[in-house]
Amino acid sequence: MQKLELISLQKRYGDTLALKRADVTAKAGEVVAICGENGAGKSTLMSLLAGSRQPTAGEIKIDGKPVAIDSPHTAFDLGIRTVYQELSLLPDVSVAENLYLGELPTTRFGTIDWVRLHREASEHLEDLGLTGIDVRKMTGSYPVAIQQMIEIARAIQFEPKLLILDEPTGVLTQTESDLLFKQIDRLRDQGTIIFYISHRLEEVLELADRLIVLKDGETVDQFFRGDCSKDRLIHSMVGRSFEAIFPQRGASEDQEMLAVRDLHAPGVDGVSFSANRGEILGIGGLVGAGRSEVLRAIFGAAPRLAGEVLVNGHVISGKTPAAAMDAGVGFVTEERKRDGLALDTDVLENTGLASMSRVMTGPFLNGPKQKQLVREQIRDLDIRPPKLGQVLRRMSGGNQQKVILGKWLLMDGLQVLLLDEPTRGVDIATKIQIYRLIAELAADGMTVVLVSSEMPELIGLSHRILVMKDGKITGEIAGDEATEKEIFRLATEDANEDDKEQAA
Amino acid sequence: MSDAAVDKQIATSGTSQEKRQPMSQSAKTNLFFGMALVALIVIAAFTSDAFLTERNLTNVARQMVTTGFLAIGMYVVVRSGGIDLSVGSTVAFAAVLVSGLQGVVPLPVAIAAALGVGVLVGLINGILIAYLRLQPFIVTLAMMGAVRGAVFVYSETPTYASDTFFLKVLGAGKIFGVVPVPFAIFLLVIPIVWVFMNHTRSGRAIMTIGMNPETVRLAGINVRAKVTLAYVICGFFAALAGVLLAARLGISQPSVGVAYELDAIAAVVIGGGILGGGGGTVGGMFGGVIALAVIDNVLNLFNVQSYYQQILKGLIILVAVLVRRKPEN
Repeated sequence: MQKLELISLQKRYGDTLALKRADVTAKAGEVVAICGENGAGKSTLMSLLAGSRQPTAGEIKIDGKPVAIDSPHTAFDLGIRTVYQELSLLPDVSVAENLYLGELPTTRFGTIDWVRLHREASEHLEDLGLTGIDVRKMTGSYPVAIQQMIEIARAIQFEPKLLILDEPTGVLTQTESDLLFKQIDRLRDQGTIIFYISHRLEEVLELADRLIVLKDGETVDQFFRGDCSKDRLIHSMVGRSFEAIFPQRGASEDQEMLAVRDLHAPGVDGVSFSANRGEILGIGGLVGAGRSEVLRAIFGAAPRLAGEVLVNGHVISGKTPAAAMDAGVGFVTEERKRDGLALDTDVLENTGLASMSRVMTGPFLNGPKQKQLVREQIRDLDIRPPKLGQVLRRMSGGNQQKVILGKWLLMDGLQVLLLDEPTRGVDIATKIQIYRLIAELAADGMTVVLVSSEMPELIGLSHRILVMKDGKITGEIAGDEATEKEIFRLATEDANEDDKEQAA
Repeated sequence: MSDAAVDKQIATSGTSQEKRQPMSQSAKTNLFFGMALVALIVIAAFTSDAFLTERNLTNVARQMVTTGFLAIGMYVVVRSGGIDLSVGSTVAFAAVLVSGLQGVVPLPVAIAAALGVGVLVGLINGILIAYLRLQPFIVTLAMMGAVRGAVFVYSETPTYASDTFFLKVLGAGKIFGVVPVPFAIFLLVIPIVWVFMNHTRSGRAIMTIGMNPETVRLAGINVRAKVTLAYVICGFFAALAGVLLAARLGISQPSVGVAYELDAIAAVVIGGGILGGGGGTVGGMFGGVIALAVIDNVLNLFNVQSYYQQILKGLIILVAVLVRRKPEN
């Protein structure tokens, strides 16, 4: 593949135009970054190339000849491989089988040649620098980062001519990212065209030979290596400059709203803290430190083994989400697709879910009233597309997140809002909107407890930051004095002391 | 510590939490079920003089064949993420047809026609489910009724087998004078199905489709064709069960096979199968078939009324599912 041309590609779902007009040209050995906000049409564009969707208009040309990529299988035959944003491996199948799914080697009897499969799979992973993986073991027994590398290994094993990487580094550690970048360099030297999608703009600017900016389903800009800065790229993507991301912190009031006393729950080992009206309380720490578990236990989504939770001075006696909601607590969960949304139902249904009691007339749901309330949320939160009947699955991550926030904001008597990774997988523009929203809510007297793995977010928004490790709170820092180093020190401190003791 | 190093450490320590061992729990339950089955047989042997007699064991073997073949087909379909409720009707069609055609056409043609009907029913099921994306439950429920109707259209009265080879060898024959022929065929088919499902591309495709069809589709596998294949296999084995049933009984009622799909589903589920795909082994399914047959037999030996048998079977299925229930996180 010397030249790939996408000419006026368009994709329509029903009456939604997911991709209006995409024009991209790429030459052999080029890394092409596709930049844009969530909902700009990146994933749609990639699915057209991967053959999992077909364009409604426009043309794809390879070396000047038009091609129809009408199925994933056709894409394979053309040498097009895709690494999807969400893990598409089968957890209960061996690493080797996942690697060669669809191309399992067979013996002359037509049965699968497991010996050869395992040998080739091992060799392939070692070639990539991934050592210490038993390819016979279940894929699900490996950490997510390793699984992602296995996924990448699967895509590049047959030396693709076009490799599509959709947010490949989202779950990777630095070590694995470096392995990936090495492979990208190698493939580039061999003449592979690489389409690279990432929210990490620094990464994109460093890797890409060509940067294509998608906005509202159209390709609006093209830059080449070195002639683009981060600020210019953001400006092109969002349509405005990236300044003052984090709004001013308002003053919190001196009235205790949430108190947690000696909380014990699975993964939580005696946690006590309190938060005032109008305060944004951040909780930092490593993954697995027990941050999400604290939120889940407060909300009653996980069993509370001991300890108590008080809202506005009153103990929450029940241990169910219903009891927490009665007390005025709302909870935006970490994994919106798993437990935050009903993906196959619409905006009205999802947004109205936590506020049924507000719209009851006797025993009946007052439909018009509910619609009115949800419409207000759609407008206030700038949910797009602004339609009550929009199915969630077809919305961008950022807009899905807004629907969840809208759901809780509609709840009667909401006083405490628990947020677990509220901007994960959300584009920059929506992130800024969510930051503003959180700050405004707090300024209006809402108590917010924020768990985030994004340090700048934690530091930029919180009045106060608690740091957790192994289910315990290891320290507290004021928001305006917090640094990433300090948080990290507290998040790992005990381990370091243990090391010292062992050494001594 | 530099900021980059900090980031790195944050990231690495984060991922180590995700480890899990997906198989150990189900391996334990499989062992439990195997032991329960052995215990059942031992108890049966000690409490009833009749159980361990050759005549009784041959009976058990004969009787498990129909459920056995249906369970094989059902296993394949369940692993693909579906279900097939039409197998009982297919049994009837194949049985009535293979007997009714005897004397009209040569025996091999009659058998081929009966098996062909099974394949055809499976093909229709598969196409409706895989290509037109209708729900398996609904499609096969509709086929269950339609095929049953077709049986009565073909013959409202029982048909009788007349071919000597069919009756004396396929139906009543014994290998080495001990093993009933239908049971021997069943024993032969089990390892073939095991190899097919676990060690061929098509089989692995069906297994993985039941885990996540989209992943498999994106790996370039023709998911629709493989799902259709699963239903064709199921239809084929249902017809084979019908043919062998006709050979054993000699008389084929058009009403035969009602509710047979339930025993087949029960055997698959007792063996660890998960409706919706993603669980169960051929060995487990085989164990489930044996367990159901032994339970039926023991209850018969003790003259337990069939109503109580049904209640007990229902309980056993519930217990099987309860024991295999995944612990909540």
